Amino acid sequence: MSSIPISLLELEDDASACLVADDYQKKEGKWCAGCGDFGALNAVKRLLAKEQLRPEKMAFVSGIGCSSRFPHYVNSYGFHGIHGRALPIATGLKLARPELDVFVVMGDGDCTSIGAGHWIHATRYNANMTVLLLDNNIYGLTKNQTSPTTPQGHASNTSPRGSLLPPLNPLQTTLGVSNASFVAQTADWVPAHLYATLQAAYEHKGFSFIRILQRCPKFTPDVFAKQVKDPDYTELLIHEDGVNAPGLDKLFKAQRVHDPKDIDEARALAQRDDKLRLGIFFKDASFPVYDEIRAVPPVSAEEKVNRLNKEFDRYAV
Amino acid sequence: MNQTVKSKLTITAVPEHTVEIITNSGEGAQKCATIFGQTCAKMGNGVWTVEIIPAEIEPPHHTVTSTSGNIVRFGTEKVTNWGDRSKLAIAFNDQVCLSRHRLDSFADDCIILQESSWENHENESIRKMYAEAMEEMSSKNYRFIQVPIEEETLKVVDNPQHGKNMFALGMLAEIYQRDLSIIEKQIAHIFHKKPAKVTELNIQLVKNGMEWARENLDFQFHVETIPAVEDRVVMNGNQAAALGAVAAGMEMCAMYPITPATSVSHELASIIENYGGIVHQAEDEIAAAGVALGASYGGKVALTVTSGPGMALKTEFLGLAIMTEMPLVVLDVQRGGPSTGLPTKVEQSDLLSSIYGQHGDAPRVVIAPRSIEECFHAMVTARRIAETFRCVVIVLTDANLATGVQQFTRPVFDARWQQDPVDFSPVEKGFRAYDWDAETGLSRRIVPGTPGGAHTVTGLAHDEYSNVSYDPDSNERGARMRSRKLAVFQSTLMPPDIHGDEEGDLLVVGWGSTQGAVEEAVDRARAEGNKVSTCQLTFMWPLEPGLKEIFSRFKKVMTVEINYSDTVGDPYITEETRRYGQLAWLLRAQTLVDVDCWTSCPGQPLRPNDIYNSIIAKNEQGASK
Repeated sequence: MSSIPISLLELEDDASACLVADDYQKKEGKWCAGCGDFGALNAVKRLLAKEQLRPEKMAFVSGIGCSSRFPHYVNSYGFHGIHGRALPIATGLKLARPELDVFVVMGDGDCTSIGAGHWIHATRYNANMTVLLLDNNIYGLTKNQTSPTTPQGHASNTSPRGSLLPPLNPLQTTLGVSNASFVAQTADWVPAHLYATLQAAYEHKGFSFIRILQRCPKFTPDVFAKQVKDPDYTELLIHEDGVNAPGLDKLFKAQRVHDPKDIDEARALAQRDDKLRLGIFFKDASFPVYDEIRAVPPVSAEEKVNRLNKEFDRYAV
Repeated sequence: MNQTVKSKLTITAVPEHTVEIITNSGEGAQKCATIFGQTCAKMGNGVWTVEIIPAEIEPPHHTVTSTSGNIVRFGTEKVTNWGDRSKLAIAFNDQVCLSRHRLDSFADDCIILQESSWENHENESIRKMYAEAMEEMSSKNYRFIQVPIEEETLKVVDNPQHGKNMFALGMLAEIYQRDLSIIEKQIAHIFHKKPAKVTELNIQLVKNGMEWARENLDFQFHVETIPAVEDRVVMNGNQAAALGAVAAGMEMCAMYPITPATSVSHELASIIENYGGIVHQAEDEIAAAGVALGASYGGKVALTVTSGPGMALKTEFLGLAIMTEMPLVVLDVQRGGPSTGLPTKVEQSDLLSSIYGQHGDAPRVVIAPRSIEECFHAMVTARRIAETFRCVVIVLTDANLATGVQQFTRPVFDARWQQDPVDFSPVEKGFRAYDWDAETGLSRRIVPGTPGGAHTVTGLAHDEYSNVSYDPDSNERGARMRSRKLAVFQSTLMPPDIHGDEEGDLLVVGWGSTQGAVEEAVDRARAEGNKVSTCQLTFMWPLEPGLKEIFSRFKKVMTVEINYSDTVGDPYITEETRRYGQLAWLLRAQTLVDVDCWTSCPGQPLRPNDIYNSIIAKNEQGASK
């Protein structure tokens, strides 16, 4: 068993659902005991049950890494792709089948390193999908290499004297991309907040990006030790249009009213490292959504033939 | 100037002619040649048009690197390639002319109508450049005729840059007795969005060009026209491929700009939304493949369009498509390589990388259209193969087909060319995501949305339930099933047609775009009594069946390809160390026949005459053995 605390608050049951959360578990997760991925999976299952999503009406797309095994454990369609490239697959799927609910699960190496280009552009496309960055600050599956989000000084197999550079901040990056429409941060050790953030992301129409902070029990068990131990190192971003989960206000004394529409403040807050901030940094549903602006009416096979015949008149000699 | 004083007019009847219009880029050679080529086609000539493109958008004018233009080869019969050297040229300056001379583009007796203002230009360095260029070109017997193109154009328009091309078109119209009413219609069509005055001025320039030629030139050529009996269309290979994709019902083209493939997506972007589809310009080549694959996963048969460097980047995604058995069509418009290579120029160097360029065992289908017409039909075929066999189909065209313009029989469209509606019928509990038929390796494609069918596809080794499996037997079985279905596909193919006798001394084997030039060369050799035949392959992997048997009927077999191969006798090169052309390599491996090759990678299409010489040389080599 893991030596790290599993949670600070217990999840509430969702009794009214016809499909219950466990109906969405396809098979047992094969992650290490204590892995933050379990927390994300639990929150996802709970959301799917709450929304009563049919397994055939949704797809989970992932890249490569520990977290990218996610689709194998969810009772839905899934595409376990290649390293860093979940987002192009998800974008293509959403363009082809806008009626499907599309979820993307990536790790920090997957999204912010090898897939960084896709991440920036998918953010700008703003296709309607829920995107989970499971960020444990390390490469786990390949066994303990520094990732872009590894804290400076943290030793790994590729940086035995400690990571040399300040870590990349995925919130800053995402908030810097034009047409970014939803950016939030939550943590595996606050499941109520994780669930509520996921719910808000799902409800948002657009590219809903959630960074889920978590710990790798093998290689980064202590990266958030301070915050896990003492809630005062965490500041909740609260707003009537933000994440509101019952009980959290009692636990976290530090709270800040932040209007998720305020991009300037969102960027300023994302940049500060005095405290860990959980909540919705930015949300604006008025931005162009790629799968909506690219929607074209279907055309029957016969009508296509008619139109092609006219097209060929242009080339007739 | 005095060369143009007219004596008696001589009209020479020829079966075909090759003419080139060469200018600085941005001087409208393209429009001139397009209208001329279309006019020839409409009058009933066979036509093949080739672009001469600088790699830069607008390089410094009046230099040997600024050459932009077109070659139009037209004849009484069907024209299948760009032919040999040009018989007539219109050059807007001496430097672009010199660049073509250096490429040996002109026939020894080529007539060159050249802008006359450079010879006595006020700028001394231009005069000097001119004199030097003329001196260099005097090594050949070209007939230069100085034409005051700019001066004449200024009589009609203020800016000769926008008009010289139409004056040139007028000269060509007169020299080849083209039908003015057809030209007028083309001009009206091209400028229909501009004020009517633009059309009027352009037509006036054509008329002036005709009049100038009538009064000043002592020659004309007559190429007999035979009006077509069937409906025809004229377009380039990229347009044909784009329209083929639409005719195949493809509703997703994900791409990233790359020469010389991009114009496929230009054509698609302008029309595909009328057909329920989109062009997605991705952030990079990799994402273009990923978006196409994602759309394919969603039930579309998707297309991604690229050239060599893009193929290299897409490789990992192609492996994923093969492993998950997602249909995917990839159009690779080949250019010179490796690396950035020759962006605008032709090469056939992606054959082996298309077939084998993958880690792991990753069988896929590779087809190579042989003509512009086949660029259209190949897309329909590719879609169908991809879907039927749940596989990746790579269509290999090249810069020669991409920008070559030719007319062909207008296709009669069939709604069945398009993708069938996705089968969303529910699947039973306990279904297998890959219900491989043990004999054929074929399986039903279960698309998201299918009730009861929820499963996760993966690039990891998997069993028939799509469960990750590292079991030895399971891995062996997956590899066998992915390979078997291509054997099934191969069983549907016919042996290639032989052009010429079924047996003889030499069989020339080509592939893809070289068909026209190879057949023309073989016909010439046969007319002189050589026992040579040719077959042109289009299914490159799996290969068309029966090759070994066909090869056995010829004393020698030789491929002709636009790629690199070693020459025995060069330093360090022996029979043992020699690297063969890519098709030759493939055929040797597959048939164990001692297939030779003649290859060349000059960055331009092969000329029939060069192929002819290689055939004669190969035959003589045999005689001496």
